[in-house]
Amino acid sequence: MDPCSLTAVALARAVKARELTAVAVWEAFEARIRRFNPTLNAFLHVNPRAAAEAAALDARIAAGEDPGPLAGVPVAVKDNIVTCQMPTTCASRILEGWVSPYDATVVKKLRAAGAVIAGKTNLDEFAMGGSNENSAFGPVRNPWDLRQVPGGSSGGSAAAVAARLVPLALGSDTGGSVRQPASFCHLHGLKPTYGRVSRHGLVAFASSLDQIGPLARTADDAALLFSVLAGHDPHDATSLRPDQLAPAPAPEGPLRVGVVREFLAEGLDPRVRGIIDAALANWKAAGATLVDVSLPSARYGIAIYYLLATSEASSNLSRYDGVRYAMRAVGARNLEELYSRTRGQGFGPEVKRRILLGTYALSAGYYDAYYRKAQQVRTLIRREVSAAFEACDVLAGPTVPTPPFGLGALLGDPLSMYLSDMYAVVANLAGVPALSVPAGFTAADGVDAPPALPVGLQVMARPGHEETLFAFARRHEALFPELAGRVAPDALSEEVAR
Amino acid sequence: MIERETVLKIARLARLELSAQEVEAMQGQLGRILSYVEMIQGVDTEGVEPTAHVLDVNLTLRPDVPAETEVPPAAYLKAAPDSGYGFFKVPRIVEGGEHGSV
Repeated sequence: MDPCSLTAVALARAVKARELTAVAVWEAFEARIRRFNPTLNAFLHVNPRAAAEAAALDARIAAGEDPGPLAGVPVAVKDNIVTCQMPTTCASRILEGWVSPYDATVVKKLRAAGAVIAGKTNLDEFAMGGSNENSAFGPVRNPWDLRQVPGGSSGGSAAAVAARLVPLALGSDTGGSVRQPASFCHLHGLKPTYGRVSRHGLVAFASSLDQIGPLARTADDAALLFSVLAGHDPHDATSLRPDQLAPAPAPEGPLRVGVVREFLAEGLDPRVRGIIDAALANWKAAGATLVDVSLPSARYGIAIYYLLATSEASSNLSRYDGVRYAMRAVGARNLEELYSRTRGQGFGPEVKRRILLGTYALSAGYYDAYYRKAQQVRTLIRREVSAAFEACDVLAGPTVPTPPFGLGALLGDPLSMYLSDMYAVVANLAGVPALSVPAGFTAADGVDAPPALPVGLQVMARPGHEETLFAFARRHEALFPELAGRVAPDALSEEVAR
Repeated sequence: MIERETVLKIARLARLELSAQEVEAMQGQLGRILSYVEMIQGVDTEGVEPTAHVLDVNLTLRPDVPAETEVPPAAYLKAAPDSGYGFFKVPRIVEGGEHGSV
């Protein structure tokens, strides 16, 4: 049996039952990483101790210990989540070579659950971007078509799972950075409720929006990884205790699916529209109640997201000053020059753009017009989302308005890139959980045109209702069995490597 | 398009050195983004509270007691570009001192 074709659920079961060793599992995945990563550029670091950690796990299992729910399952970690055995670069020159003195809480949880940390994955610098082209260490390619982007900012994690270099990966999602790559790579990608997963050790981008979430090929795998990650952490003051928010079970019986009118309107690619319409029609035929829902203020989502996220980023990224972390510019004559020169040399163009935008929005004379106004419109969005859930269990629509776009296609046009997250940001702004599930493929058209490209469907639920999202995803898999079995062809990733 | 002086002013506030080319590019890019976000100015937010926390949850303070850290301060200094005597080292900021260095 080839371990790389198994789900994480099946792998953990096989390792626990001693049908497979953790070492054999790791060796199989490592061979794929060595073979395909030169083309995909999904991994920035491969864990040099993974084989030794797998061997230690096998020894514990042989001694009769319970290895945990992720026994022997290799998990990749986005490189903005700190690890003390490997560098954490955030795909930025400013952190190149920096090694954290501690592990993020989620990394500790993975180890405690028996997972093998496979390595650190590529991303848009400091998680800022929607294509993984803003990496100081080169773009990631989409395993479904190497000419397309894998999405971003968790593009390395998504490409690694889609190409079966690992069965599971962690991403982070500030405004769609798990779900948009999930949509582009035919995966399940979850942005949990704000506060359900600890962010201790997640390099801060926009603290009122950031969450860590799983990327997986099946609904059960995503749910398994989430169950390991979720829970209160005293090291993260925004992490929720059960008395603040009790996780809810999935509702019994048919789901009431709210269809967000504004998500099927202007700006939506007709190919995506067709796939989402067909998926929802199948849900209706299978007995779900479809409810017409309106979120009128959602159209302001991108505008307020780019004011709030950049404001928070301008503050969070002030810590990279040439004093406390890896990089320091040479030749500075005084302290202020040391700060500005280090930052000027260390940050890439998108990070600079966002720091400047956020600094502008927070600066004297503009605060009320931008930051405060954006927080007021955010309140309107939260109210509308909350009201919508009175009539339905989930809110559905496309994850992204387009299929994957070509490498380089939007690089000169930041605003168009931002609009890729127009549906996704609503969940971050409202703090609710949201999951992208595979919904279909565009039609392949011709020799030189892109082959069939993945399209995702997004569902949002009330705070604490992740189980409802997983219930939706499992039923969705059962409704579309032909999608569940479809994996990115190896041949592609090998072709360009030669 | 925003003024060159505006870009230079916010770059100074953000302690971000920009090349002349970068300043010019930012004028156009920030200008386009700012004209897009202008759309929120028309939204009626009379009497609407700005969001302070995204969820309606009870936010309580934890007891103010010192916590143990598993990571010794020396580990953070080791990850810095320059340190010594238990401190981060920076270029001299006061003229006339004895030990300034980069």
